[in-house]
Amino acid sequence: MEQKEIILRIGGSAGDGGTSAAESFAKICTRSGLYAFTYTSYQSVIRGGHVWVQVRASEEPVLSQGERPHVLICLNQPTADIHASHVRDGGAIIFDSDNIKIDTQRLAGAVRLLSFPLARVARDHGNNPLMKNTVALGAAICLSEMDMRVVESAFRAIWGDKKEEVVQANLNAAIAGYNYAEEHGGSLNLGLRYTYKPRLLITGNQAIALGALAAGCKFLAQYPMTPASSIMHWMAEHAPEHGVVVKQVEDELAAVNMAIGAGFTGVRAMTATSGGGFSLMVEGLGQGGMVEAPVVVVLAQRTGPSTGLPTKTEQGDLNLVLGAGQGDWPRAVLAPRNTQECFRLTAEAFNLADVYQTPVIVMSDLYLSEGYRTTDGFDFNVPIIRGFLAADGGEKEGEYLRYKITESGVSPRSIPGQKGLQFAAGSDEHDEHGVLISDVLAGIPEYVELRKRMMEKRMRKLQGLLRDTKGPELWGVRDADLTIISWGSSQGPIREAIQNLRDSDEIAVNSLEFSYLFPFHAQDTLEILRGTKKTLAVEGNYTGQFSRLLTAETGYKPDHFFGKYDGEPFYPSEIAAKVREVMG
Amino acid sequence: MSDGVIQLQEYKSDIKVTWCPGCGDFAVLNGLQKALQALQLKPWMVTIVSGIGCSSNIPHFLSTYGFHSIHGRSIPVATGIKLANPELTVIAAGGDGDGYGIGAGHFIHAMRRNLDITYIVMNNQIYGLTTGQASPTSEKEMKTKSTPEGVIENPINPLTLALAAGATYIARGFSGDAKGLADLFQKGIQHKGFALIDVLSPCVTYNKVNTYDWFRARAYSLEKEGHDASNLGAAWEKANSWPNLDQKRDRIPLGVFYRRTDIPTYEDLEPALRKGPPIRQPLGLENPEALLEEFR
Repeated sequence: MEQKEIILRIGGSAGDGGTSAAESFAKICTRSGLYAFTYTSYQSVIRGGHVWVQVRASEEPVLSQGERPHVLICLNQPTADIHASHVRDGGAIIFDSDNIKIDTQRLAGAVRLLSFPLARVARDHGNNPLMKNTVALGAAICLSEMDMRVVESAFRAIWGDKKEEVVQANLNAAIAGYNYAEEHGGSLNLGLRYTYKPRLLITGNQAIALGALAAGCKFLAQYPMTPASSIMHWMAEHAPEHGVVVKQVEDELAAVNMAIGAGFTGVRAMTATSGGGFSLMVEGLGQGGMVEAPVVVVLAQRTGPSTGLPTKTEQGDLNLVLGAGQGDWPRAVLAPRNTQECFRLTAEAFNLADVYQTPVIVMSDLYLSEGYRTTDGFDFNVPIIRGFLAADGGEKEGEYLRYKITESGVSPRSIPGQKGLQFAAGSDEHDEHGVLISDVLAGIPEYVELRKRMMEKRMRKLQGLLRDTKGPELWGVRDADLTIISWGSSQGPIREAIQNLRDSDEIAVNSLEFSYLFPFHAQDTLEILRGTKKTLAVEGNYTGQFSRLLTAETGYKPDHFFGKYDGEPFYPSEIAAKVREVMG
Repeated sequence: MSDGVIQLQEYKSDIKVTWCPGCGDFAVLNGLQKALQALQLKPWMVTIVSGIGCSSNIPHFLSTYGFHSIHGRSIPVATGIKLANPELTVIAAGGDGDGYGIGAGHFIHAMRRNLDITYIVMNNQIYGLTTGQASPTSEKEMKTKSTPEGVIENPINPLTLALAAGATYIARGFSGDAKGLADLFQKGIQHKGFALIDVLSPCVTYNKVNTYDWFRARAYSLEKEGHDASNLGAAWEKANSWPNLDQKRDRIPLGVFYRRTDIPTYEDLEPALRKGPPIRQPLGLENPEALLEEFR
């Protein structure tokens, strides 16, 4: 049974206001009681180019951006040329009659054309032709039968801190669009019911930032890079009231080293970046592992290699993260599957970093980081676990060993300011005090043995990290003909594909999803894999970076692989098609 | 600690210093310990951060907190420490390759921020730990392992660079003048803002040109010549007297080139620090609902 939903697509040039209209629409949907989901296809340009946003909203939680739209808003001619043929039978196209032409030959059935002078109407009703996006938005509100009172409240929420005139002008523009659509056929009769249940509309990056605040993050150093920048933007706005030092720094080398310095000093610290910046952080992270300083690094992936497609999505940085840093050092790698996990796993990352005194990496991607999702709320009862601290006076002066060899590999941690517990952290190999064994002791038999023991001490933390994290989740039917293996943000489109295959009684598929990537839960994974009939790994990269990790850790090789590296997010239809292909 | 006075010995660690006999860095270590003692700073309230290089071993030889970080990153690590707990005295230290080469970007940005940290550069004009390659401050025409026909680049002048970048305490010391060093360090630590002390610290093993005697023949005291450290123009002129494009090297000034006390520090201006040191802030959110308003 197809769920009741509306898909709106808005296209135009960068600067046409399509993105803000789409975000308003998603907010209005959320306030009306629907779950909304947005995907923005944009380019690395400030003005011009072709930007389009898809907003999908439904009574049930939305798992992906969906496919063909019910409603298309064209803010320029290229949008009409590229997208008009995608509009569903029974749908509608809203466009400016003054300067946009639709090739009706190419339409996919009975599509209503709502052609009226958007810019002129905007000028007449909103005093500003730039509000053509709002006029079109008003028409879309009518087509989906949403209440103009919700629009008004949403506009107040968006522009409330500006002048009342701005709210009123936008409202007038929206009403003009609404009335036009009403006079030209009215609702599309999509059958949506509005409950007006209050929920939140939030991006993955905002959820990450919120999770960090909830966990007590007090320091963020970051260098701008798409798609991680909005973490810094949100944190900067809220920093002073929560006592968080937010620092835009000269480069990612500075970002990671400042965060490590703050972590060493006892403050929960974080940095965020994309693959290019993460590459610069690599040496610093190894240092974090060596001096045993906690730090959380968010890596919002985009398309590589090199600067790749800066505004497009990919899951191509796993090899980079797993191999970051010379030598071996203990790390934890988490990959949230959805917005909820962006919040929860980021908060958890701070505990893991503190408890194991080592860097923890949270891997998101553009699709998850920048997309808006409606969510029911977050559990702010975040436990805060600081780990093994050398409490003031708890250790005898002169006997304190910052890098004491313990069974867990975790040593008592002092922070600057604590009397009598001074030590010097060294990025060179060191003994239990922190005294270097690199320069005059290395190679002497006793210290050869000590180097080995220090290495083993640090690496033993992986056992604890394994205990404190979870194995994969097997979602769906137990007795499936095919199991899809995935990690991170592809959860939604995969689950939707599986539901669609089930609803059409085609193939029974379930989903093995990893959000804790490293240390790898090999035993749990193998146990699940033993019960599978056939497997298909789905990853947003070329080589199957996670599949290789899986094989390296378990010896198991997935039967089939679907890698996507075109920069676009996964669509449920292409996953279903791949399933059909491998089940031939 | 007798009579509440911290003795010089209490600033020393029991780790054996491993620099070559005669290395200029010994004088820096002694001068720093003397400065800390003169200021009676509690060793646990001081953190010394270094990078990589012979001189960067210095944190291990003091009884304070220390962070011997990676090559070129002492300044960012020190910045993170200072911003996490501004009540700490934070001193960054390292060599010319570490600070003016691989870490040059951080050096410039820390100065324009006017962070309240003290940066001591043990400048020996050579890469010592990697056995004698040219450094950013090696003089033109100097022959090293990596420049057998002589250096063809102009050396960085850390003092004019610091003037341009906005450091508010800029000084040069010399390891042949131990007393002068302790004084420059003490003033630098007391200074509210970014203090750079470039120390001519001869490498007795790999730099056979810029030796103690070479410097003694050229060095003079700015103070004795009546230099006005509040005068930017005079500071520039003195700073540019060596090294410079004309390769003039007859007279090398020592002492405080420039000092400004009316410029707010980064910590003074950082909005988040109005609540006090981050290290003492409660963790978690008191009223998360208020934060969620914008998402409704």
